[in-house]
Amino acid sequence: MFLIHCPYCGEDREEEEFHAAGEAHIARPVDPDACSDEEWGNYLYFRRNPRGLHRELWNHTAGCGKYFNIARDTATYVIHGSYRLDETFDVPTESTATGERS
Amino acid sequence: MSIDRAYGVANQGNRLSEGGRIDRGDAMRFSFDGRRLMGYRGDTLASALLANGVRIVGRSFKYGRPRGIMCAGVEEPNAILQTGGREQTQTPNVRATDQPLVDGMVARSVNGWPSVETDLMGVLGSVGGALMTPGFYYKTFMFPASRWETYEWFIRRAAGLGKSSSLPDPDDYDHKNHHVDVLVIGAGPTGIAAALAASARGKRVMLIDERSEGGGSLLWSAQSRGDVIGGTAGMQWVADSLRKLDQDSRVTRLQYTTVTGYHDHNFLTAWERRDDAFANPATMGSDLVHNGKRPGTRHRLHKIRAGSVVLATGAHERPLVFSNNDLPGCMTASSVSEYIQRYAVVPGKRLVVMTANDGGYQAAFDWAAAGRQVVAIVDTRTDPDGSVIEQAHEVGIRVLTSAAVVEARGRRWVTGALVAPINRLGSFVTGDTQLLACDTIASSGGWSPAVHLSCHTGSRPVWDDAAIGFVPGPTTERRFEGGSVIGHHGLGACLADGTHIGARAAADTAQADEVPPVADSNTREAPAMPLFLVPHPKPVSRAPKQFVDFQNDVTAAGIEQSTREGFESIEHVKRYNALGFGTDQGKTGNINGMSIVARALGKTLPEVGTTVFRPNYTPVTMGAVAGAHVRDRFDPERYTPMHEWHVQRGAEFENVGQWKRPWYYPQGNESMADAIAREQLATRNGVGILDASTLGKIDIRGADAREFLGRVYTNAWAKLAPGRCRYGLMCGEDGMIMDDGVTACLADDHFHMTTTTGGAASVLSWLELWAQTEWPELDVFFTSVTDQWATLSIAGPGSRALLAEVSDDIDLSPDAFGFMEFRNGTVAGVPARVFRISFTGDLSYEINVPAHYGAAVWQALFEHGEKQGLTPYGTETMHVLRAEKGFIIVGQDTDGSVTPDDLGMSWAVARSKPFSFIGKRGMQRADCTRANRKQLVGLRCTQADVVLPEGAQAVRDPEQSVPMDMVGHVTSSYYSAFLGHSIAMGVIKDGLQRMGESVWFPLADGRCLQATICSPIFLDPEGERTNA
Repeated sequence: MFLIHCPYCGEDREEEEFHAAGEAHIARPVDPDACSDEEWGNYLYFRRNPRGLHRELWNHTAGCGKYFNIARDTATYVIHGSYRLDETFDVPTESTATGERS
Repeated sequence: MSIDRAYGVANQGNRLSEGGRIDRGDAMRFSFDGRRLMGYRGDTLASALLANGVRIVGRSFKYGRPRGIMCAGVEEPNAILQTGGREQTQTPNVRATDQPLVDGMVARSVNGWPSVETDLMGVLGSVGGALMTPGFYYKTFMFPASRWETYEWFIRRAAGLGKSSSLPDPDDYDHKNHHVDVLVIGAGPTGIAAALAASARGKRVMLIDERSEGGGSLLWSAQSRGDVIGGTAGMQWVADSLRKLDQDSRVTRLQYTTVTGYHDHNFLTAWERRDDAFANPATMGSDLVHNGKRPGTRHRLHKIRAGSVVLATGAHERPLVFSNNDLPGCMTASSVSEYIQRYAVVPGKRLVVMTANDGGYQAAFDWAAAGRQVVAIVDTRTDPDGSVIEQAHEVGIRVLTSAAVVEARGRRWVTGALVAPINRLGSFVTGDTQLLACDTIASSGGWSPAVHLSCHTGSRPVWDDAAIGFVPGPTTERRFEGGSVIGHHGLGACLADGTHIGARAAADTAQADEVPPVADSNTREAPAMPLFLVPHPKPVSRAPKQFVDFQNDVTAAGIEQSTREGFESIEHVKRYNALGFGTDQGKTGNINGMSIVARALGKTLPEVGTTVFRPNYTPVTMGAVAGAHVRDRFDPERYTPMHEWHVQRGAEFENVGQWKRPWYYPQGNESMADAIAREQLATRNGVGILDASTLGKIDIRGADAREFLGRVYTNAWAKLAPGRCRYGLMCGEDGMIMDDGVTACLADDHFHMTTTTGGAASVLSWLELWAQTEWPELDVFFTSVTDQWATLSIAGPGSRALLAEVSDDIDLSPDAFGFMEFRNGTVAGVPARVFRISFTGDLSYEINVPAHYGAAVWQALFEHGEKQGLTPYGTETMHVLRAEKGFIIVGQDTDGSVTPDDLGMSWAVARSKPFSFIGKRGMQRADCTRANRKQLVGLRCTQADVVLPEGAQAVRDPEQSVPMDMVGHVTSSYYSAFLGHSIAMGVIKDGLQRMGESVWFPLADGRCLQATICSPIFLDPEGERTNA
């Protein structure tokens, strides 16, 4: 079970308090009606599934109710950091190496 | 007859008269396979069995061979017993070596049929053993598939892996959460030193150990080795150290608690056995003397979040693999020492030790010190020169070097050891054999680090030549390990490791200058020999069986055969042979098995690699996993403010999510159908009342609330005036219907949204998602008010007259308070929001009052309404009433693949809204606009009194041969007492264009029902009743 830092509460809390809400930084097209079916399908359904660094949207459902982002390694489960929606977060380069996980 | 005589206390023939860490003043009765036996407080079930001379404790899984106790800890593969004197308290998978003896304990062997002494499988095992090759189950029991049930009966009967109770568990269990700075796992010398160092830095420390008392290997080795730590005797140091830790309020120490899982971000689970370790026999009693529920908590699951984890889990001794090494009497060398030193039990009369290292000698010294005969120490090494060899000569023990026990002799247990000289590498026999008469063979192949926990978070163990074993691999967790788990077996090294990693675990830096306690030792160690499979004069395939994994009867020959069959990956060999598949997870057998694979493939052990371990380290009772979350506490139940009234009225309840909703209110001996008909007719002809408090309610405020609603609902909200309500459809971005409900405009910047009962939480999250991520510029806020408002829905032509009786400040005339409007006012003296909306098609008011007034207002309505025949109705009648009117229920009439157009609800989609609302683009996809989509229609069964089954599949041609073309299905179906016939709704391909056509429903029971496609609005299509 993850230990997740909520950037709004400023606390490390148990994963039970949170809900994952999928990949982060998926922006809704500004003009959906101008999208082709393929463009719309890409926005709606297609998600990255990387082995390694992944940015995810989480919701502190049993806490402050805020949505925020985390940068997490899907191979090691290391969470490099949490950041608000209006923030950016650079993952330290030395920590992007992916550990072994089987 | 005295208890002592009845239970044979005098028959503990293998018990020494003094020594050990047992309490001879506290005798305990127990039974094994019906035999009444006696042991002492401090015993494990295994030590008590050995004390009484019990040698056979089970039969092997595949060959039915007799098996005895082999180890003294959790790694035990053979002594897996069933405990419990009553059906309710049956516990399978109990390792006798890990189970403290409790007074009154009832234990049985599990895998002997009909008994362990005379086992039918044993006959099959000895004469048919050659038939039971690797992959036996895959090859034998697969065909024909129809025979599987027969095979299964046979396999389960023969394998007999214990049985669970068929009755509810009478005991209590619970969970406890911890947050600590440093968690130390294992209270041996390493773990104690680590805990001391960490606690010295003022940290919150937790020290957990799986045995009944701390000390680890010192419990059985300190005394006979004469260990001295920091100037005091080894066990005195343990006692002093543990007392010091116990006096520190920041230290939590748990014994008889196994850390069973190491999860992400240093989250660990530990299983504490409370009854067994701390049982007071006078009160806890257990099965023989106590027939009720055990008081207190039987097991507790600890959930620990640790800043740092110190793995001081030690190592398990590897037995050497030789022919017939599974005969009762074959044991690991350290366990022989442990039984003697800790439990004052000598498991036999004449001992032969075979060892590939210095450590094995201690078993012989302890045995001899107990006054019994050591036949020989057989050292597989050539010219070992450690000080233990000198010691053996001093006490007159015969030592054979460059030799090995190649085969155990005996039918039901060991009666002799066949010894032969071997070459320096231990790969072949170099001379003639000799038979040494003995009843116990202790072997030591070295120590396998207990790396199990280190694997749980995905780290793979790495081979260490010096340790002759796999040690924990690199990890991203803040984890430290030391002592035997990294192959440092010497006492001084363990203490130094523990002090160092304990300090580092407690520190923010890698600096640690604590000085470890000094272990005085003047021993000289000879190097260990990497030996796993002992050679036999015959080749492996011809030699008597050499067991590797005792729990699954995996032999060296079987492993070699599987490599000949083409299996090369250790993961494949493991699965094909079932190596390490038992409840012991291969703690004694895995490394031996891998070495045999490596030799057969001509590879090194690190090349072959190791399999990894998963949680749990040892089996955990389901009771501990469930904790207190059982029965009433399994899941919360939510009640409306009027719940008590419903109960007293005799309502039957329906679960809707966690809510308990009245389903219907039977009167007298009324059937459900009769009750529904009565409730329905009373509502349609007079007035009925529904508790609608469970509807989701969200208070929406902000200057941009109206704009926001326009974006998340498909219909238009720009012009909804304060005081008015509107039905809204909510879609996902894919254009599929997600939720629906009525939203009222309280003020220009204030709305009251209702959602379906089940969708309340997810809709709130959905609204928050869009407000926070995509449109943070909008000024809008959401508050769940579901629990703040009680909702009383009165419906029927009499509802206006009823409301008028309890409200005098709302003008209820149709012109002043029209359909789809809301008013603030007073109902039964309570401030209320009254919505004139209808889910029945009749004149209807939804009265919302603060939740705490709900029951009072409900009561007041009945005081006035009962004379008018006010009838409470439940969710079932609500379903019938709404279906008569063609109103949908999201999740019943829709399934996530239904657009508003599919429902014929295009009127609720405002495509001309300036903002491209959620779902708009999705429902324009080609697939959403094509012909032949399933559309919601009404269905009239040609037999008026037959109700179509919900879910029934529709076909257009009932004569078509199977497989038939299915064109849709029934979504809602009821009998309408008011209309006098059955009604149904369903989704049918192109249904909206096929009004009047017939469809058929071939049913599993052979009937084929016919129905006519019609409008789903069966009642009052003009809305005269609604607008009355």
